[in-house]
Amino acid sequence: MNSAVIVFPGSNCDRDLAVAIELVTGRKPHMVWHRETELPDGVDFVGIPGGFSYGDYLRSGAMAARSPVMRAVADAAGRGVPVLGICNGFQVLTEAGLLPGALMRNSGLTFVCRPAHLKVENTQTLFTRQYRSGEEITIPVAHHDGNYQADAETLARIEGEGRVAFRYAREVNGSANSIAGIVNGARNVLGMMPHPERAVEEAHGNTDGRRLFEGLLETVAA
Amino acid sequence: MKARVFVTLKSGVLDPQGRAIQHALEGLGFDGVKDVRAGKLIELELADGTSDGAIEEMCRKLRANTVIENFRIEKVA
Repeated sequence: MNSAVIVFPGSNCDRDLAVAIELVTGRKPHMVWHRETELPDGVDFVGIPGGFSYGDYLRSGAMAARSPVMRAVADAAGRGVPVLGICNGFQVLTEAGLLPGALMRNSGLTFVCRPAHLKVENTQTLFTRQYRSGEEITIPVAHHDGNYQADAETLARIEGEGRVAFRYAREVNGSANSIAGIVNGARNVLGMMPHPERAVEEAHGNTDGRRLFEGLLETVAA
Repeated sequence: MKARVFVTLKSGVLDPQGRAIQHALEGLGFDGVKDVRAGKLIELELADGTSDGAIEEMCRKLRANTVIENFRIEKVA
């Protein structure tokens, strides 16, 4: 699998994501700086990492979503290339209009950093095929703006279309319908607040995130 | 030419920061604060003759996230 990890000023999980990708795929991803206008040739997976791109200026993810590289990411997503946005990456994807809704300040106002229990809702995506439907997994969260909100019509649509990939099994941040991760209509773009790249090695304390990357590798290889 | 853009959360959207401010005011002994909504004020220094349409476009594309926010533009001489 030929992967790219996008790096913005203020990204801080880009290395973790690169390490997880290399561990699972055996191949180092291209690290692509936000000023680039094209992705490297033949990229078949794009990861948008967590962090605080542009210092969260204006709104989390708002500036990054308008950076030059995101036009190339949107084009790739349109061609069906799998795109995964984690944490700040999820915020960037919503701000870029590649996923619906918005991520607001946590309802409890505090930064939440701990393992979160998630329920796998949809296993029919490029990312979730190695999980069992309804399975409960543990993936760490670390965010201040993870409170997923959308208008009632949008929520009804994404629920109706089965686009909720993961839901918090217990309250974390006030998200509507406890949504932790959603996919786009074509199911090749996933945004999620929890960090699967922080749960891929035994030393992390749990490896529940590993199957996400393995499932993706399986999809891309197929 | 100057313009001010006021960005506010849409009504009905929970505003945790506004609520925290309200609680802090109550803690300081100010009674009767029924609700607090926090927003942003953005001041723009613009070339003379910048059209209203262009300012509105700026707000739609970047300054406000219209999923959750409203904006109001005020032109200052």
